[in-house]
Amino acid sequence: MTLLLEDRAASRPDGAAFDPMAVRRQFPIFGRNPGLTFLDTAASAQKPRAVIDGMAEFYRTDYANVHRGVYGLSARSTARFEAARETVARFLNATDASEIVFVRGATEGINLVAQSWGPAFLRPGDQVVVSELEHHSNIVPWQMLRQRLGIELVVAPIGADGALDLVAFQGLLGPRTRLVAMTHLANVTGHVVAVEAVVRLAHAHGALVLLDGCQAVPRLPVDVRALDCDFYVFSGHKCYGPTGIGVLYAKRALLDAMPPWQGGGDMIRTVSFAETTYQDAPQRFEAGTPDIAGAIGLALALDFMDGLGRAAIRDHEAALTRYAEALLTEIPGVGLVAAGGSRLGALSFLVDGIHPHDLATIFDQHDVAVRAGHHCAQPLMDRLDLPATARASFGVYSTEADVERLAEAIRAAQKLFGVAAR
Amino acid sequence: MDLRDLYQDIILDHGRSPRNFRALAAPSHFAHGHNPLCGDKVTIFLRLEGDRIVEVSFEGKGCAISTASASLMTEVVLNKTLAEAEALFGHFHGTVTGGGGDLPDALAEEGERLQPLTGVKAYPTRVKCATLAWHTLEAAVKGGGLPVPVKTE
Repeated sequence: MTLLLEDRAASRPDGAAFDPMAVRRQFPIFGRNPGLTFLDTAASAQKPRAVIDGMAEFYRTDYANVHRGVYGLSARSTARFEAARETVARFLNATDASEIVFVRGATEGINLVAQSWGPAFLRPGDQVVVSELEHHSNIVPWQMLRQRLGIELVVAPIGADGALDLVAFQGLLGPRTRLVAMTHLANVTGHVVAVEAVVRLAHAHGALVLLDGCQAVPRLPVDVRALDCDFYVFSGHKCYGPTGIGVLYAKRALLDAMPPWQGGGDMIRTVSFAETTYQDAPQRFEAGTPDIAGAIGLALALDFMDGLGRAAIRDHEAALTRYAEALLTEIPGVGLVAAGGSRLGALSFLVDGIHPHDLATIFDQHDVAVRAGHHCAQPLMDRLDLPATARASFGVYSTEADVERLAEAIRAAQKLFGVAAR
Repeated sequence: MDLRDLYQDIILDHGRSPRNFRALAAPSHFAHGHNPLCGDKVTIFLRLEGDRIVEVSFEGKGCAISTASASLMTEVVLNKTLAEAEALFGHFHGTVTGGGGDLPDALAEEGERLQPLTGVKAYPTRVKCATLAWHTLEAAVKGGGLPVPVKTE
C-alpha cells in the first residue's frame, strides 16, 4: 500500500526528504487533537506554530499602526508590513511589491476587480467568461456587475472527463470578450486547469485574465510572470496563514489605470472638502487600517511553505492524491467525481446508497473531518447532476495514514448502512 | 454517542425504501422544501378533505435522515386533522431541538413511531435534515397550494 508514495517520495532541493510527520509536529492542532484525521484543508488549512507564535510575537514586540506614526515603533510596524508585501511579491514572482494589494481574501480581491476595473473598462454587451468549475466567489461578483452594467456572463463548459473544455472555451472567445475569470485549481474536483492555455487564448483575443488561486497557491508553485495572467487572487487562510487576509496581484499598469474602490484613510494623498487626491497603487486600494498582523502572518506562512519547498509540497500532494485515488477506487461502490486526469490535493467522491451528509456524520464519529455538500459551487453541482458530494482534501501535514483512515471510515459507513458488504 | 442511536434500523429502512414516495395526481396542497446548506430537496403533496389529511406523499432527494423523516411523517399524519398534525410537529420539533413539547394521549402512538428519529438531537448539524419535511408540510398547508419559502432551523 505504501509503495506508491515511497516511489514518488518528495524531496527538497537540498535532498532532504519531505517528512509529513515532521511537518505535522509543527501544527499544534494535531497535538491538541491527537485522534484527528483532518481532510478539509481545501476549506481552510491548519496553522503552523511559526504563524501562530510569529503573529503573537509581532503584537508583543513591534505593533503599532502603519504609515502614520513618526515614532520608532510605528516605523518598525510599517517596515514589517511592507516587508510582508515584498514576501508575497517574491512568492508569486511579481515584478514589484507595488503589484500586491492586501485584501480580506480572494473573495474581496475578485470583488475589488469587479467593482473598480469593471465599471472603468466594461461597456454594456461586453463579455466576462467564467467556467462551470467556479466557486460562488468567482460567479456572484460578475452577476452583480451584469446587473449594474449590462455586461454578459459567458460560461465555459467542462467536458465529460471533468476537464475544462479548451476547444469550447476557445469558441466562446470573441471581440466582446474583455475578461476571463477562472479558477486555477477547482475546489470541488481538484482539477488543475490548463491556465497557461487559457491565458494564451484569452490574450490572443485581447481579453484580460483573472485567476482564482485559492486552491493552487497552497499546492503548486505559482509564477504570475510566467503565467502572464493579469490578475491573480488567493486567500491567506488556505495556505497556512491567518483568516482575514488575502492578496490581489495585478499588473502595475492595470492598477495604475484602476480607480479607487473604497475611500478612507491610508488611500489618500490630500483631502479637503473641495477635492481629494489619491495615493498610487497599491495604497490606493487599501483604505483604512489594514490587517497588519494578518499580512505579517501571511508572510510567515509563505516563508513556511518556501522552507518546505514548493515543488516538494506539490509532489507530496500529488503522491497523496494518487494514493487516495487508488485506495478509494478499490472499495466497491465508491466513485470519484471526474477531474480531467489532473487531480491535485482534493477529491470529491460518492458512495452508492449513502448520502454525503450521512457519510460526513459517520466519518465524524471516526474523527475524520471531510466536507460534505455543494462546496460553494452550486452551478457545478447542477452541471454534474449531484445534490452534494463528500470531499477529502490534503495539506502538507496530511499522511498516508489519514487516507487509510478515510478508507476505513468509508467501509464502516457501508457496513452500518448495509451496502456493498464484502 | 453510538451511531446506531442515530441510524437505527427503522431509519435505514425508511431511508432506503421510503413509504408514500410519489407525487399525488391531484393534490389540494403542496410545497417544495430546500435546504440550501446541504442540497436536500423535498416536495410534500397533500389532499385535504375539510381539515383532514386524506392523502399525503413526498418526492425528493436527500440524506437517510431527511428521507426517513419524510417517510415516517407521511405515515403518522395520514388521516389526521391539521390540528393533530400540528401537535405532532410541535412535539417532534421540541424533542429534537431540546425543547420538549407535550403530546395529547390520543397521539401517543404516533409520537412513539417518531421516536427513532429523535437520536438526531445529539447531532445539531443534522436537526434540519429531520425537520425539513415537517417545515415543508406546514408550508404546504399555510400556502394553500401556492409555492412558499420554507424555513428551517
